[in-house]
Amino acid sequence: MISTVSILAGRDKSGNPERVERLDISGGQIYSIVGFTGSGKSQLIGDIEQMAQGDTVTGRSILINGKAPNPEIRFHPESKLVAQLSQNMNFALEMTVMEFLGLHAECRGFAADETSLKTVLDSANSLAGEALKPADVLTRLSGGQSRALMIADVAHISNSPIILIDEVENAGIDRRCALDLLTGRGKIVLIVTHDPQLALLGERRVVMKNGGMDCVLERSEGEIKAEEILGRYTKTLAEVQEKLRSGERVEPEIFEAMEVIRA
Amino acid sequence: MDVPRTVIVAGPPASGKTSVMIHAISCLQRAEIRTAVVKIDCLATEDDRRYKDIGVPVAVGLSEDICPDHYFVVNLEEMRDWAEANRADVLVVETAGLCHRCAPGIDKALAICVIDSHSSIKIPEKIGPILTTSDVVVVTKGDSISQAEREVFRNRIHRINPNAEIVEVNGITGAGGEHLANVLERRALRQELIGSRLRHPMPTAICSYCMGEMRVGTSFQQGAVYKMTFPSVETLTAAESAGAGAMGENS
Repeated sequence: MISTVSILAGRDKSGNPERVERLDISGGQIYSIVGFTGSGKSQLIGDIEQMAQGDTVTGRSILINGKAPNPEIRFHPESKLVAQLSQNMNFALEMTVMEFLGLHAECRGFAADETSLKTVLDSANSLAGEALKPADVLTRLSGGQSRALMIADVAHISNSPIILIDEVENAGIDRRCALDLLTGRGKIVLIVTHDPQLALLGERRVVMKNGGMDCVLERSEGEIKAEEILGRYTKTLAEVQEKLRSGERVEPEIFEAMEVIRA
Repeated sequence: MDVPRTVIVAGPPASGKTSVMIHAISCLQRAEIRTAVVKIDCLATEDDRRYKDIGVPVAVGLSEDICPDHYFVVNLEEMRDWAEANRADVLVVETAGLCHRCAPGIDKALAICVIDSHSSIKIPEKIGPILTTSDVVVVTKGDSISQAEREVFRNRIHRINPNAEIVEVNGITGAGGEHLANVLERRALRQELIGSRLRHPMPTAICSYCMGEMRVGTSFQQGAVYKMTFPSVETLTAAESAGAGAMGENS
């Protein structure tokens, strides 16, 4: 059982010690990781995935429940502590959605009966704009469908206690739903993101600069409200997008709702 | 001087053998372990430059007209001597990795197989002996496929070779390189190569083309000549054979 993951500081790109010396993340918490491109966000995630022990470029060390993981856990992904989702991932297998889910369930060692696989598919469909069908071939899914299926699969089948998410916001899926699906059941979640709403959904934000962890910000009361408002902006934006997609015209009045928010 | 610990690296072309080994060797260098590299290829290679860039002694063997795996075994003793003369603690031999009929592993050297997770899910079955006779299987390019596929891929490998240690390495970022270095440190042993045995027999290569024959046709073929068996052909109707004939005339 994993209750905490700790990151012990290494060095930034200039070789200086990181300003955040130690970061302890407990189960059930969502951390967002923000910073400019090249600030070291993905490397931070990478260090956790590899459970670095001072032997990666940053020199960081990762502790599980306060202790260095033994090599058994570190080098055998069969222990399956970490599940990852990133913007660079694609499906490469030539098989149908159902065959794939069945195969993965089998690998994870639980019965792949039709009802449980159907649950995964339904959950993917709750995120994706266009429905996935059981007989669709993986490699021919759209970007949004692929992402939705990967998220549903990580949430239901992988079931790892640590989830690392690297910029998955651009695929036209419902961000909030996706996060709710992934974060249930006391998991440790880290999200690398440039999306303001996702960044604010994290209870804490790690700010990266020059390859190092610069500071950790606790989400304020004001930011919780700001996130709600952003949600409404996002909704309006989605409406504009929907209209454009379906060939309709957009009138400036659609933004009137936003004026109300500001007032 | 002690004999070096030998590591033999095999795997399909473009699977990332060189990239992976460069990251692992860099980690060994940080631990002050001296490595020497021999790169075997058929006609040309530029991989030696990449090894030179990280400052390890490197020798290139081009097999030219003969099978690169045969060429590799024939020269193994000399490679060992050369590595010893370079005071290398570890000798890495990167093979050409072409037809998948052979596996270059020997029983007294650590056998590593590198495969690309982006290739077909059937690849573990297809490459046969390279995979089944390896001690360590390195999986590359795992960062660009889904988490689930990575797991399925590992599972396939494990089913085909349950004894192999599976290591994931990202050839571009080097992530996982320290894991591979750790495996080399732990599992590559100082053993005398002479008298050791190939883990898998190499194919017989004794037909006329092995000896330089260039002409095509059964009458030019001697030695071990094995002809294919083809599926039976359905008898054509008169109309079909007339059609086929017409096509034949046009071409």
